[in-house]
Amino acid sequence: MAQNHDDSSKSKTFSRRALFLAGGQALLFSTLAGRMYYLQIIKSDTYKTLAEDNRINLRVLPPPRGRILDRFGVELAVNEQNYRLVLVREQTLDVEATLDSLSNVISLSEHDFKRVLREVKRKRAFVPVTVRDNLSWEEVSKISVNAADLPGASIEVGQTRSYPYGPAMAHTLGYVAAVSERDLTGEPLLELPGFRIGKNGLEKQHDLVLRGKQGNSHLEVNAYGRVIRELSRDEGEPGRDAVLTIDAGLQTYVQQRLMSEQSAAAVVMDIKNGDVLSLGSVPSYDPSAFNRGLSTREWNSLIKDHLSPLTNKAIAGTFAPGSTFKMIVALAAMKEGIGPQHSVFCPGSMRLGNAKFHCWKRGGHGWVDLNGSIQHSCDVYFYDVARRIGVDKIAAMANRFGLGQPVGVDLPGERSGVIPTKAWKLANVGEPWQGGETLIAAIGQGFVLSTPLQLATMTARIASGGLKVTPRLTRGFNDEAGGIAEPDPQFESIGVPAEHMRVIQNAMDAVTNNRRGTAYKARIKEEGWEMAGKTGTSQVRRITLAERAAGVFKNEDLPWRRRDHALFVGYAPVHNPRYACAVIVEHGGGGSSTAAPIVRDILTETQRRDPSGAPAFQLLAPTPGQET
Amino acid sequence: MAGRFSSMSQSTGLTFGQKIWSINWGMVLLVVLIFSVGFAMLFSAGNGNINPWASRQAIRFGGGLLLMLTVALIDIRIWFRYAYALYFIALFLLVAVEVMGTVGMGAQRWIDLKVIQLQPSEVMKVCLILALARYFNGVSVEDIGRPTYLLIPLALIAAPATLVLKQPDLGTTVMLAMAAGAVFFCAGVRLWKFAIVGAAGLAAIPIGWQLLHEYQKARVMTFMNPETDPLGTGYHIMQAMIALGSGGMFGKGFLLGSQSHLNFLPEKQTDFIFTMLAEEFGMVGGLGLIGLYILLIIYGIAISLRTRNQFGRLLAIGLTTNLFLYVFINIAMVMGLIPVVGVPLPLISYGGTAMLTVMVGLGLVISVYVHRDTFISRRGVTEEL
Repeated sequence: MAQNHDDSSKSKTFSRRALFLAGGQALLFSTLAGRMYYLQIIKSDTYKTLAEDNRINLRVLPPPRGRILDRFGVELAVNEQNYRLVLVREQTLDVEATLDSLSNVISLSEHDFKRVLREVKRKRAFVPVTVRDNLSWEEVSKISVNAADLPGASIEVGQTRSYPYGPAMAHTLGYVAAVSERDLTGEPLLELPGFRIGKNGLEKQHDLVLRGKQGNSHLEVNAYGRVIRELSRDEGEPGRDAVLTIDAGLQTYVQQRLMSEQSAAAVVMDIKNGDVLSLGSVPSYDPSAFNRGLSTREWNSLIKDHLSPLTNKAIAGTFAPGSTFKMIVALAAMKEGIGPQHSVFCPGSMRLGNAKFHCWKRGGHGWVDLNGSIQHSCDVYFYDVARRIGVDKIAAMANRFGLGQPVGVDLPGERSGVIPTKAWKLANVGEPWQGGETLIAAIGQGFVLSTPLQLATMTARIASGGLKVTPRLTRGFNDEAGGIAEPDPQFESIGVPAEHMRVIQNAMDAVTNNRRGTAYKARIKEEGWEMAGKTGTSQVRRITLAERAAGVFKNEDLPWRRRDHALFVGYAPVHNPRYACAVIVEHGGGGSSTAAPIVRDILTETQRRDPSGAPAFQLLAPTPGQET
Repeated sequence: MAGRFSSMSQSTGLTFGQKIWSINWGMVLLVVLIFSVGFAMLFSAGNGNINPWASRQAIRFGGGLLLMLTVALIDIRIWFRYAYALYFIALFLLVAVEVMGTVGMGAQRWIDLKVIQLQPSEVMKVCLILALARYFNGVSVEDIGRPTYLLIPLALIAAPATLVLKQPDLGTTVMLAMAAGAVFFCAGVRLWKFAIVGAAGLAAIPIGWQLLHEYQKARVMTFMNPETDPLGTGYHIMQAMIALGSGGMFGKGFLLGSQSHLNFLPEKQTDFIFTMLAEEFGMVGGLGLIGLYILLIIYGIAISLRTRNQFGRLLAIGLTTNLFLYVFINIAMVMGLIPVVGVPLPLISYGGTAMLTVMVGLGLVISVYVHRDTFISRRGVTEEL
């Protein structure tokens, strides 16, 4: 019975405690249910988002970059297919064996060999590792033929920017290069490895249009990043082609012609519509080097070169315009009532206070009127009229012709030059204007600085008889659907009386076509193609009294850096002007001997080619009534 | 009294057919149901293929089912008689694994028997409960109150627990201790003694922390704050919670769990399989499976209450608690409620050891049920009636 009593007591205790235990377990199970409710119902949306983030990988698809075409549709910047050799570890039997076989087929440096082995180890088995970039077509075919012996190796096709005209168009087109940290805007496209953006020139100016819109691919990936499938794809928009006003043939000629000099720049413009037909700057550089990636040494040699090959001197080189500025002074004088018949006696110099201002001709020109002063480029005449009207009147006229401010061409990096006024000097130099400085400004020296593009614009405005001709480089954008053509501009007048313009045009005609003109030797002889122009020689050094007494050094005897700049501006044909041209040869000596022959050759070639007369690349049917 | 005697005579004289008939088939059905869920999940984990997991697990389950029924049919008195012997065999195996066990998963846990890999700590889970049940069966109500009578069962726990902790396997150690604790509790050990052990345990935490391995410390720290280390040790638990949470109410559908199928979920076929279920079938699916386990546990507890010998009662409650601990620790772990300790979900997770442990355990519970009216005296005399 004791045993029975014992067992029933045990049984009671057991039952009580087992139920208690069951209660405890039920409580614990209900915390599990509570946790499930919390995670799967309350926080469900958060975790759904996180799961989608895990699963879906957005891959940016780079759009093909738009081409850049010249006015006739000739390709200036294109995308070329670039072949690179990649290796996928999981498809090889043995990475080293494949690399060994590869080195029998194409050249593979020890350095590449080791780099690939390193990268292969670091990356996941399915990630392609680049073995070599920029394969030649011959190498590509060799690899394809031997494909059976090269497990895991394959050819990938990428795109690189190519510039068929190379250095001849480098300054205008600019170049594309890898995105730097500064360029990042948060746009995912820019963070794509290997993506290139325009860094200079038109590539930079039109970068957004050329770039197009990125495509997106939503990929389902697993935990190791391997792509399982594509969920959706949006191709984006390819970049649009930019069509320029440049004539590639003329550009090649101009660049070639300028190469006779160490450092020079030239601008050729259409007077009627402002089309820039050529923009030359020498020396130049190879734009594809930037795409490829420059070595530090290459970069330093470009940067340190005193001829500054990276600078587009046609828009960013500022030079004293010298005597090419005299037309402006003459127009300012006429506006102030000093007519073309006003005559000045030139004895070879002029005294102002106790300073003596020399004419370039030691013996002087004798009596000269306006026409003669330009034809012979007499300095004393301009000293005289400038003293009468003052510097501010000259500056006002210069501004009307596009000097002293950027003319607004669609290129980055255009400089504004300097047209001094009394206020300008006080603000920028901190000293009051001196009377003598007016005289120096009158012959385009001293503070006066201008770019070749400004001088070409000035010349075009003179040749057009006083219209506000404004240069442009881009005719429009093209794409498969058509394009947007900028209508030909209708230029307004700059408000200078036509007879004043005619006086200046006649004087410039005399410079080249009058037997006694300063550039008679450089005239165009072909009938109907004759040009008008103006020489300019700007000093880069001060001629001392002692030197003047002993005889001024000839340019040939001076070191290059101290020689004068040679300038010439001209337009043609003289009686029905269509093309304007400005050339500057840095430290090139005399305007008439160095610069004028270059302009003659360029304007001859321009008229021979007559790019404005030839039918341009059709963008869209021009809107009726807007034709010129 | 008469009723009791008649039932006793009935139990001693059970024929084989009667035994088959008296097996608790409802429990067997539940086990098969739960395994079916596991089979489906392993099929999904294999990306819709019965290889490599589901097929092999099914074969093991077949073997396990036979073993479970065999265990169930063996007379409870035989289990009683060999309880200590089995315990010492298990203890011997634990020592053996310490000496010659091959290194697996960074800890010494396995004995390679060529045919199967034996994990003595799992065997011990059953054998410890057998030994404790037998011991407490022989202690009178009065003696249970005497602290000296607790020294032997405490030693029975301490020996395997120390060996398992040394492997190191924190999860199994905790399970051994807690299942044993349940047997102590139901045997009638005074509550204040649990309080003392609990207090001593708390006091030992700082010392225990020092003894933990670096990876164990990292797991605990990660548990405290999984977001601090999303790519390291916190990765598993974060991904598990994402899988679970993104399943929502009804889940993403069978074979459609992105977290599982794209391998974001670690160990989806073993320890984290519940997360996969909850991702594909949502809270409804998860609670459904928990419900099946609860039914199984209720069966176990009901059997322990229906049994007329203390050995059977303690055996049933201990083994049922063991099942509960498996289920609770695994699910709490994958839901981020407790640190990751590496406990599989029985009958669902891929792997034979835990499944066999649980099935042998349930076989014993069924055996208790079949022989529920067998009389076992305090001294273990059963033949006299």
